[in-house]
Amino acid sequence: MHRHYRLIQRCLPGLLLLGLLAVGACAGPFPQTTLHPKSDLGFAIDHLFTGIFAWATAVFVVVEGLLVYALIRFRAKPGAPVPHPTHGHTALEITWTLAPVLILVMVAVPTIRTIFATQAPAPAGSLKVEVIGHQWWWEYRYPDLGVVTANELHIPVGKTIALDMTSNDVIHSFWIPAIAAKRDVVPGHVNHIVFKADTLGEYMGQCAEFCGDSHANMRLRAFVETDSAFNAWVANQKQPPVDPKPNTIQATGKDDFAHGACIACHTIQGVSAGMIGPNLTHLASRTTIAGATFPDDSIDLIQWVNHAPSRKPGAVMMDMNLPQANLQAIVAYLMSLK
Amino acid sequence: MTEPTGLKSWITTVDHKRIGKLYFWTAFCFFLVGGIEALLIRSQLAQPNGHIVDARTYNELFTMHGTTMIFLALMPLSVAFFNFIVPLQIGARDVAFPRLNAFSYWVFLLGGIFMNLSWFVGPLFHAGRMSVAPNGGWFGYANLTERQYSIGPNIDFWLLGLQILGVSSLAGGFNFVITILNLRAPGMKMMRLPVFTWMTLVTSFLLITAFPVITVALAFLMFDRFFGTHFYELSGGGDPVLWQHLFWIFGHPEVYILILPAMGAVSEILPTFSRKPLFGYTVVVYSGILIAFMGWGVWSHHMFSVGLGPIADAVFSSTTMLIAIPTGVKIFNWIATLWGGQIRFDTPLLFAVGFIAMFIIGGLSGVTHASPPADLQQTDTYYVVAHIHYVLFGGTVFGLFAGMYYWWPKMTGRLLSETLGKTHFWLMLIGMNLAFFPMHFIGLLGMPRRVYTYSPDLGVSDLNLVSTIGAFLIAVSMLIFIWNIIRTRTKGKIAGDNPWQGATLEWATSSPPAVYNFAQIPTVHSRLPLWNEPESVAQRAPSGHIHVPDGSWWPLVAASGLPLLATSLISGQLWLAFVAAAVLLVGIFKWGFEPFEV
Repeated sequence: MHRHYRLIQRCLPGLLLLGLLAVGACAGPFPQTTLHPKSDLGFAIDHLFTGIFAWATAVFVVVEGLLVYALIRFRAKPGAPVPHPTHGHTALEITWTLAPVLILVMVAVPTIRTIFATQAPAPAGSLKVEVIGHQWWWEYRYPDLGVVTANELHIPVGKTIALDMTSNDVIHSFWIPAIAAKRDVVPGHVNHIVFKADTLGEYMGQCAEFCGDSHANMRLRAFVETDSAFNAWVANQKQPPVDPKPNTIQATGKDDFAHGACIACHTIQGVSAGMIGPNLTHLASRTTIAGATFPDDSIDLIQWVNHAPSRKPGAVMMDMNLPQANLQAIVAYLMSLK
Repeated sequence: MTEPTGLKSWITTVDHKRIGKLYFWTAFCFFLVGGIEALLIRSQLAQPNGHIVDARTYNELFTMHGTTMIFLALMPLSVAFFNFIVPLQIGARDVAFPRLNAFSYWVFLLGGIFMNLSWFVGPLFHAGRMSVAPNGGWFGYANLTERQYSIGPNIDFWLLGLQILGVSSLAGGFNFVITILNLRAPGMKMMRLPVFTWMTLVTSFLLITAFPVITVALAFLMFDRFFGTHFYELSGGGDPVLWQHLFWIFGHPEVYILILPAMGAVSEILPTFSRKPLFGYTVVVYSGILIAFMGWGVWSHHMFSVGLGPIADAVFSSTTMLIAIPTGVKIFNWIATLWGGQIRFDTPLLFAVGFIAMFIIGGLSGVTHASPPADLQQTDTYYVVAHIHYVLFGGTVFGLFAGMYYWWPKMTGRLLSETLGKTHFWLMLIGMNLAFFPMHFIGLLGMPRRVYTYSPDLGVSDLNLVSTIGAFLIAVSMLIFIWNIIRTRTKGKIAGDNPWQGATLEWATSSPPAVYNFAQIPTVHSRLPLWNEPESVAQRAPSGHIHVPDGSWWPLVAASGLPLLATSLISGQLWLAFVAAAVLLVGIFKWGFEPFEV
């Protein structure tokens, strides 16, 4: 209820201007919203924004009110004399210079406090995750856990997470509105986000800095899990890939994979060592493919493997044009990599 | 003396009024082109997973929408008014350098054409598609713009086009600084200048100081792309963040280049239609100057997500918030001008008031992202798209339309229709709020900007549809404006010298003014000569021959050297570079030695 109240409060100027729109904005689930923070960082930002927004709303009402009042009150009346030619008023000028100064102090003080609070170095014992931006997918490395995965970030609830982020090609921007806010991912620089997620769940995010053809398709997910769920996930990721039983379609698929073009770009631990595309060792443990753009199922994988660029413009992965049998086999193998 | 007519007289003209009109029509055409690009963008986003255009085309569209609107529409529309109005407001016969003025125009026109040719010349570059238009965003962030990540000629068209346009802006900036400082009529002290002229002066200083920065940034990029240097490339020890600093050191003053002329126009219109002098003239002028100075100290607020560290964030946040003070002061003075007046609700006033009302919203959302932590959620989202359009559409475009309705009778001798004008205003006001207000929510609800597609899961589909409807409403309002212009050519009411009872010198002469502007250069004794001393600036028939400069071909010839030079680079034809240099040099040489009077 409290949440809804805040959202409605924010919609107020909208209601003043366009009630219709505010109704539209207050409906529906918004998985990528910035307005329902689920971490200490998200809450600090939201708290600051709410304060600034209140000041902005107050100024809006006063100044637009004065403007509208002046327009109605001083509209020309027939036969009225030429108005008195006032040229200015020093006291008034000083007043409306100082008034904004005071309001801005009220905005600047919490702003600067929040800047330093949210950019403090990560405390010892934080879970470190390296984020590497690629055109157009995300690579995550957990150096202390020995896990490498893509697009879907898994983190434990209530633990401080320290993201160290850089890019492998152009500038991207890592954005998970509900828990991690946003920070650019710049080649040659390492940027940091430190946060502690406080609510279990799946959160959506995506690249926010224009990074070329498929910028719109560089999406991501974050799974905030209980300690035990997270540990189970880590344990599974550390396993070698599932080895298909002989004489199954999956085994054929593994063979096709190992002797095909796939190995040039993709790693499957013990099978291939390509470094250009995402690590596929546990592909089937993920819920999405292709920069968290499509669901991770056989239908989408088949289309993806054979026609990546038409599903994701500019994709480095080319049309594989595999015969149907090989395609089915490879996808069956990939789908077995839990 | 009669004015020559015909095509040649326009191509060779050095008359500031004709050049103003050329600027106006050219910029207005580019404004329509940028508008069509916007409609295609909005059509694509009207629903999730849209398929009107493909990703590549969409990226070209938003890049060219921004670039066109900023460099080819809004800036030159302001310059159209600098040209037409400023010499009249200061009581001059022309600008200080009439042929340089013509040169500025031709460079602008040819630069704009050069950049837009990229829509059609794909086959010449074996691109496999018709268009090779720029696709790196109007902000062109390195290192995406490096050859490694942008192989085709798209970015080359952008950077070379902007270099050409920069020449035009620099020449124009110098011309207006010198014109305003040196060609004022007797008695026209600096603190008697009309505020529009003051803002032209401030803007011109910004042009000549800001454009060298982007010129350097673009030269680095050109060297990286064509000659293998590594200014923005990690592999050679460069840094892509360097581009962002250079671009925004230019880019933030550029924002004020776009808004100050509109603020100047509004400062002229409010007094005229409330029949009161501008409240706090001195404060309004000084706050304009202050905004221009402070605009140099805020560039990193475009970079709060880059990771410059808490100290830089805190400093640039503070300087940015400070700019809100002189801006707020202007708004209060405008409201105080209306206060106690006799306000006539003619179309120019409606647009001027629309400017204030919408600019307040843009200013306030600006304060919310002056706070770096808050900006971390807002930057690169539709929230910022909403902000920029409240400032540049609600602000600059409304201000420019206020100026069009206000000065149209002076430029053409006929008044635009009030009925059509008011319809235009209300449709545009409703359209822009439908188009841009939902974008605040779209951004806060998690939609990034510059995406050609979005998922229905985000829950912003309805809001996007509303926004698209608003965009088309704006388009309808433009059609009404165009119809108004066409209709006014034959059916518009004859304006007379001073249809609005304005107080400044441009209203002392005929509409449209004679080629020499003033038969007698007026002597002014106050800030509002037509209100305070109409008899001392009244015009009589000219007493003898009045010299005005003759037309010249050479500014056009010299100007055409620049796009040729760019073409030689983009096509890799060295011989063309020599031809281009020859054209440029011959043009300048012949121009320099052209007889002063024929």
